[in-house]
Amino acid sequence: MNVGIGLPTTIPGTTGEVLVEWARKADAGPFSTLAVLDRVAYHSFDPFMALAAAAAVTRRVRLATMVVVAPLRNTVLLAKEAASLDALSGGRFTLGLAVGARGEDYKIAGVDQRGRGRRLSEQLEQVRGLWEDGRIAPQPDGRPGPPLLVGGSSGEALARMARYADGYAHGGGPARAFASAAAKARAAWLDAGRPGTPALWGMAYFALGAGSAESGANYLRHYYAFTGPFAEKVAAANLTSADAVIDFLRGYRDAGCDELILFPTLSASDQVDQLADIVS
Amino acid sequence: MKAVVVGGGPAGLYFALLAKKANPSDQITVIERNPPDATFGWGVVFSEETLGALRDADFESYDEISTSFARWNAIDIYFRNSRIRSRGHVFTGISRKVLLNILQRRARQLGVDLVFGQEIGDLAALREADLLVGADGINGRVRQAYAEVFRPTQVLHPTKYVWFGTNLALDAFTFIFRRNQDGLFQVHAYPFDARTSTFIVECGEETWRRAGLDQASERDSIAYCEELFGEELNSRRLLSNRSLWVNFVTLRAETWHHENVVLLGDAAHTAHFSIGSGTKLAMEDAIALVDALRRHGQLEAALTDYEMDRQPVVERFQAAALESSRYFEDVSRYERFDPQPFAFNLLTRSGRISYVNLTLRDPAFVRSVDAWYAAAATGSANGAGRLTPPPMFAPLRLGALRLANRVAAAITGEDTARNGSPDEGHLRQLLSAAETGAALVLTEMTAVSPDGRVTSGSTGLYTVEHAEVWGRIVAAVHERAGARIALSLGHAGRRGSMRPRREGIDRPLRQGGWTVWSASPIAYTPRGQVPRAMDDGEMRKVIRQFTEAAELAGGCGFDLLELNLAHGYLLASFLSPLSNQRTDDYGGSLANRTRFPLAVVDAVRSRWKGPLAVKLSASDWMLAGFSLDDAVTVATALKHHGCDLIHAVMGQNVAESRPDYGRMFGVPAADRIRNEAEIPTLAAGNIPTSDEVNTILAAGRADLCLLDWLDSTPQ
Repeated sequence: MNVGIGLPTTIPGTTGEVLVEWARKADAGPFSTLAVLDRVAYHSFDPFMALAAAAAVTRRVRLATMVVVAPLRNTVLLAKEAASLDALSGGRFTLGLAVGARGEDYKIAGVDQRGRGRRLSEQLEQVRGLWEDGRIAPQPDGRPGPPLLVGGSSGEALARMARYADGYAHGGGPARAFASAAAKARAAWLDAGRPGTPALWGMAYFALGAGSAESGANYLRHYYAFTGPFAEKVAAANLTSADAVIDFLRGYRDAGCDELILFPTLSASDQVDQLADIVS
Repeated sequence: MKAVVVGGGPAGLYFALLAKKANPSDQITVIERNPPDATFGWGVVFSEETLGALRDADFESYDEISTSFARWNAIDIYFRNSRIRSRGHVFTGISRKVLLNILQRRARQLGVDLVFGQEIGDLAALREADLLVGADGINGRVRQAYAEVFRPTQVLHPTKYVWFGTNLALDAFTFIFRRNQDGLFQVHAYPFDARTSTFIVECGEETWRRAGLDQASERDSIAYCEELFGEELNSRRLLSNRSLWVNFVTLRAETWHHENVVLLGDAAHTAHFSIGSGTKLAMEDAIALVDALRRHGQLEAALTDYEMDRQPVVERFQAAALESSRYFEDVSRYERFDPQPFAFNLLTRSGRISYVNLTLRDPAFVRSVDAWYAAAATGSANGAGRLTPPPMFAPLRLGALRLANRVAAAITGEDTARNGSPDEGHLRQLLSAAETGAALVLTEMTAVSPDGRVTSGSTGLYTVEHAEVWGRIVAAVHERAGARIALSLGHAGRRGSMRPRREGIDRPLRQGGWTVWSASPIAYTPRGQVPRAMDDGEMRKVIRQFTEAAELAGGCGFDLLELNLAHGYLLASFLSPLSNQRTDDYGGSLANRTRFPLAVVDAVRSRWKGPLAVKLSASDWMLAGFSLDDAVTVATALKHHGCDLIHAVMGQNVAESRPDYGRMFGVPAADRIRNEAEIPTLAAGNIPTSDEVNTILAAGRADLCLLDWLDSTPQ
């Protein structure tokens, strides 16, 4: 299992300077991937912009969206942005897409939330087609485009993933929940008659070091406030010690995860160092 | 801390006494509207695991409970004049009244304030305490008062049931199935002390009405049931305690806490009585809540932790309870079973106990099931008592074909065929599928014509050259792997003319594509090609293509021919009302929608001499779509038209549906088709290990299983 780290693009107070420094450290560290979340109606950086900046200061680490809310975006421009980022980074990008869960993101973008699943299906088909046509962006190494992940826990999302994507982006939870989702993702893939196997990505949050737990939890309560009581559960699941991180990594590895992304809940860049110590 | 507990049942009392014990300076009050000795229901059941938790939480009450309970380790199943006994299931039962008395005494001893015979007044006033615990049952006021936060949902189950007691002392958990002139009745009974047992009677609503039980008084109901179960009751009496016929309600709530209010037990969740877990879950809730309060300084953190701890556990029990309740609702489907598979099916109904679990609990019982299975599979009456393999290794006879075991493996097309011709890659894949040990391997869906291919790399069987290559592959699979091989034959219909599937499926070819056909001119995906509606000439042509392919398949030496009526391909597009909107003889009613697929089956049947299977999508996974009921009707017709096996799959008739890929997701369809249409089935869909295979087979839910198998070394 590869272990990646998130960029703190959604943590209020994070500056561009912090993001760039964070990306440099991640590239120098034991991480396979540098990933970003996506929210529109929030004090957060645009995921593609942030990864473009990261691409400029990194050479090795892969870049990923985990995940971008596709139905909010114009499909052609989305395809172009993603392919551009892939080219800019020398083919290091993985595009994760989902319908997202936040009504306010749809509201502010002026997009109807109804039918978002069907819209995502169409977008996936279209994005792949645009990449393969090769008319809208450079193609590094002649590949048609970056790998595609789809997130979401419903059967519809898994069917969509198996039909159009290369892998599954799980939304977080204990290892047992991941294992169950992974089994369903593989079953959906097999049922669809897709050759090969889906890449299975997982995610979790962490806050390391003395005094970090409380501010990490506060951030998560705020970020997930739209889910009501669920926010408290996310906050309670935050990984706040080396032991907790190691247990979690073992659990996910045993559950068949290919790539686990640990997202920060504090933007102090010593979080990268502390996580690097544990992961390496 | 000052806590007020509403409801003096097991959840409320146990919470109160544990909380007081953990922190004697806390002030805990329990308010119960009934007097201390009033209780409804008879006995409650605990597993060993629950007793262990009770022992660890409070040894004093555990000690009293354990000297009062009845303990047994057998499950008796009375079915068709026989009794099957399965051992190794350790349970204990205790009178609900005795349990409450023990908990009341212990709570008082610890200094809990118990108030009986008092209705709660103003909830807002009660919330002045630090914590308000709603342990007031399924109709609890606390949950109802904050329903907009807790967001409860209630599902009414269709069967009628009634709780009786009896002075018959049972020595096993007892299920009785008895059919009379009114219908099928079942009993769930278990002892709870040396003299008394709980005796629950359940039946379908129609049966209940035919028996006049909708009009019957409590006394009449007792008389009816005493006569019906006179043999098992052995002249003992049924006892009533406000015993009314009701429907079970499964309650779920999105969240169980709000500010300083928290729900416990039945007030938060219920699980169908047939898995006997209500009191167990309630008391475990109490343990978890007290534990969380002890570990967290902040109330919000404690209540969140409690909920996070308990919700997944409760959800698992509710899922198992739902499976169990469905089994009893549909149990008449299994009345034709012999007692051994009937009992095995009953014991594994909830999904919590598998073949392996049951083998550990009662090897002798499982051996008797294996023996029955082997005897039935081989037609030999001498199976019993000998060394018997698990059901997975029993042979299967389909017409003249004999499969060495009950496992099938299918390959996923890699789209490497050229002009429909299979290659070395296909042979390699089929051989490695056979290396799993599966007795039967299935090809990818192979087209009857160039236009019937999914992609330009799909295999076909429509030229003599194809037949030559397939013939060599069949011979190699027979000789080198010792397996049997099925040709899966189909026509892609509107899912044809697609790009290779490695980069995604249902993505139309931009160049070099071909015209696609379907029942109606509706594209499979929004950006897909709009198919042409099949006309009479095209239908005749496709029938001819299928029969020609079937004849070629015979020459190739295939052991089984499977026709594809699934996943939205051409023939399935006629079956589903979502893709078939024709107004002629081939659209509209289910009989009309089945007409063309049946014509293909008839034509093939007349030319193909070997066993014939049909792969059928048993549901569209859409409300207005083809349903499992429809699938049973179609499967019945297929049986009458000479089909020997139904390969039951799910969905894909339309691109956007509401699928569920949970473990063994196709098995309910295989089960219903097998046992209602009475035709052998091949079960498929998230069947990961031999344990699932043995469970499915021994329970009579399918005759053959397609093991999930991902070829991890594609080249």
